[in-house]
Amino acid sequence: MFEIVSKRELAPNIVEMKVYAPRVASSALPGQFVIVRTDRTGERIPLTICDYDTDKGTVTIVTQAVGHSSRKIIDMAEGDTFADFAGPLGCPSDLLDLPEEELKKKRILFVAGGVGTAPVYPQVKWLKEHGVDADVVIGAKTKDLFTYVDEMKTVGNVYLCTDDGSEGFHGMVTGLMKDLIDNRGKEYDHCVIIGPMIMMKFAALTTKEYGIPTVVSLNALMVDGTGMCGACRVTVDGQTRFTCVEGPEFDGHKVDFDEAMRRQNMYRDHKKTHPETHNCKCNG
Amino acid sequence: MANRIPRVPVREQDPQVRATNFEEVCYGYNSEEATLEASRCLNCKNPRCVSSCPVHINIPEFIRHIAEGDLKSAAATIAADSSLPSVCGRVCPQESQCEGSCVLGIKSESVAIGKLERFVGDWAIANSGDLPKPEIISNGKKVAIVGSGPAGLACASDLARLGYEVKIFEALHEVGGVLVYGIPEFRLPKERIVAKEVDAVRRLGVEIETDVIVGRTMTIDDLLDNQGYDAVFIGSGAGLPRFMGIDGENLNGVFSANEFLTRANLMHAYDDSFDTPIYTGKKVVVVGGGNVAMDAVRTACRLGADSVIVYRRSEAELPARVEEVHHAKQEGIEFKMLTNPVRILGDEKGWVRGIECVEMELGEPDESGRRSPVKKEGSNFEIDCDVVIMALGTSPNPLIKSTTKGLETNRRGCIVADEDGRTSRKGVFAGGDAVTGAATVILAMGAGRKAAKAIDEYLNNQVCES
Ligand SMILES: Cc1cc2nc3c(=O)[nH]c(=O)nc-3n(C[C@H](O)[C@H](O)[C@H](O)COP(=O)(O)OP(=O)(O)OC[C@H]3O[C@@H](n4cnc5c(N)ncnc54)[C@H](O)[C@@H]3O)c2cc1C
Ligand code: SF4
Ligand code: FES
Repeated sequence: MFEIVSKRELAPNIVEMKVYAPRVASSALPGQFVIVRTDRTGERIPLTICDYDTDKGTVTIVTQAVGHSSRKIIDMAEGDTFADFAGPLGCPSDLLDLPEEELKKKRILFVAGGVGTAPVYPQVKWLKEHGVDADVVIGAKTKDLFTYVDEMKTVGNVYLCTDDGSEGFHGMVTGLMKDLIDNRGKEYDHCVIIGPMIMMKFAALTTKEYGIPTVVSLNALMVDGTGMCGACRVTVDGQTRFTCVEGPEFDGHKVDFDEAMRRQNMYRDHKKTHPETHNCKCNG
Repeated sequence: MANRIPRVPVREQDPQVRATNFEEVCYGYNSEEATLEASRCLNCKNPRCVSSCPVHINIPEFIRHIAEGDLKSAAATIAADSSLPSVCGRVCPQESQCEGSCVLGIKSESVAIGKLERFVGDWAIANSGDLPKPEIISNGKKVAIVGSGPAGLACASDLARLGYEVKIFEALHEVGGVLVYGIPEFRLPKERIVAKEVDAVRRLGVEIETDVIVGRTMTIDDLLDNQGYDAVFIGSGAGLPRFMGIDGENLNGVFSANEFLTRANLMHAYDDSFDTPIYTGKKVVVVGGGNVAMDAVRTACRLGADSVIVYRRSEAELPARVEEVHHAKQEGIEFKMLTNPVRILGDEKGWVRGIECVEMELGEPDESGRRSPVKKEGSNFEIDCDVVIMALGTSPNPLIKSTTKGLETNRRGCIVADEDGRTSRKGVFAGGDAVTGAATVILAMGAGRKAAKAIDEYLNNQVCES
């Protein structure tokens, strides 16, 4: 079925996998995601598509272990199969809709943080293939946590920053964005931000100061990923939207990030009780 | 006289016990009980039950076969009109269909048609090995089916019997549509019943591929133009949940019934050996009065929460099956009728802490014939709770419409199709909730079967044309 044809560790607890899923590979576009399930007892977990190869029939995903289910994913080995690998889901990036002429004129900035770097890659790659050189700001806590930098350098102009100054600009992505614009004469008319919710919130506030139209890719909680449950709802411009069908990309200046962060942590305070620890039915 | 026997009661799990487990509530008739109940049927010349059955099952005939002990013939009689007797016997609203019109019901109690249908269906499942395998001669034509709910399954089996090569594409990882993600285990066992009905469809040669989201993984045009399908049937259901649009609906702890039920049923969240979490807190308020609301509230109760139904009309208007309301009450669910939410209240961390409601009274009948509820000004009050579940109905998912050129839909997002499922696109048929909006299993199944007939006609005529 959905076999893991290759696996490599990009950084501690961050793993890249190429998965054989020919139907998904042949329809995938930058900006979309898949829903995977490790096994019969697994959760349905959404993961952004990081690359796809129509000829080989593979789709690349990058997973960071943050809880039980993501740990289960990164613990899978080459040759193992996912019980389910459904997609591509969500809307492709808006950039894909622009007429070639207009696209070529765009000065685009990508801002990536944490595991957000890998999902930025297919968009930058797609732009490169369409004759657009984009700038890419990648931030990490420290230099050992960078992922996908080499790949990114082959398709875009990469600028790095670390919180501890161990590589590149010393500071957060917002600092580097300001530096590029204020001190290095960069001008942008479109920005795409992908990363942890808190980073997207502040990076979007920064682009708002400069009046740069901004798109963020939201990693909301999901169950089905097909528009059936509303678990993924977010407020954008005062309206409730379903991330899985209307997103995952939304106007970064209109997303209610505080609500989105609160909803994303809904089950953090009410963890699934695993049999070894607890077995009442109350989920307390 | 046979009809003097009172309706044979059906055995059920003790309410107090079942309120803490997910096992099936109703045990169904055994063979003696079924035979006795079958003997009550008058075998009417102009059976009112048949005309009130949406698919016109020959009810007196199958009941007569039960009375004679010929279950094979009883199964065959039902099979002529319904492909899901075990399911429909359990979930049809019999009180407003067949049983609601049974002549015996005028003076005493109607024949327990649903329970008898279930008995025959379950017998057929247990004895499927003995039933003659239909001989199928392939006609070399391919039909794709979108969605594996009752509509898709019924359409697929009829087409397979006619010799078509049929493939069902299902978005989720399990087969059965609402039967697996919506209706809970305690009302419709998944392994014992739904999976068996699906097996029967597979045995006819129907292929089922899960994890395919038509419109995303591939489009309807793809299926017709590039993948060699001669026709497509859309049975994609009505899965898009509605919310009220009131304050506080995005607080943590507010769920659509679809989310809550999908976590519990499809993802087995009530079972600790599965990873998907579900949260109920101590007290759950479910807003709505249909089957979906009853299923959600009874699931919450089984997960250990105090559970309350809030419904804006009165009990007489509850759209849920009478049996479900009765069972819910036995299980200790509180019903707050003539009550409507105004807003959901949150604590400082953004979690639900209660719901503010207003009392209602019934006014003039609206276009549905039901008396519409009117707000009693100044009657606002609060109910403390940790979770609010919205069970307000669903509409069809816009995905297929938005990715299929020339497929007409109405203003409620339902696919426009005629009686036999023909849509505005040639070679594309549709039926079930995707066309009618949220309705019933029996109607969806019936629509799937009608469409199968229309597809067969369409493809036969096409051969003549070319
Ligand atoms: C909680 C609940 C309780 C109910 N209780 C009752 C009851 O007691 N009695 C009764 O008669 N009815 C009941 N109903 C209604 C009944 O279940 C539905 O009317 C019936 O299932 C509709 O059948 P369907 O085949 O049209 O659609 P569904 O059963 O909804 O099946 C549609 C299938 O299509 C799939 N799908 C959707 N989009 C796509 C796509 N793009 N690509 C591939 N697959 C897709 C879905 O995943 C789903 O599996 C209940 C419904 C719910 C939600
Ligand atoms: S109406 Fe009642 S008594 Fe008459 S045939 Fe139908 S089930 Fe039997
Ligand atoms: S994940 Fe269920 S609707 Fe988006």
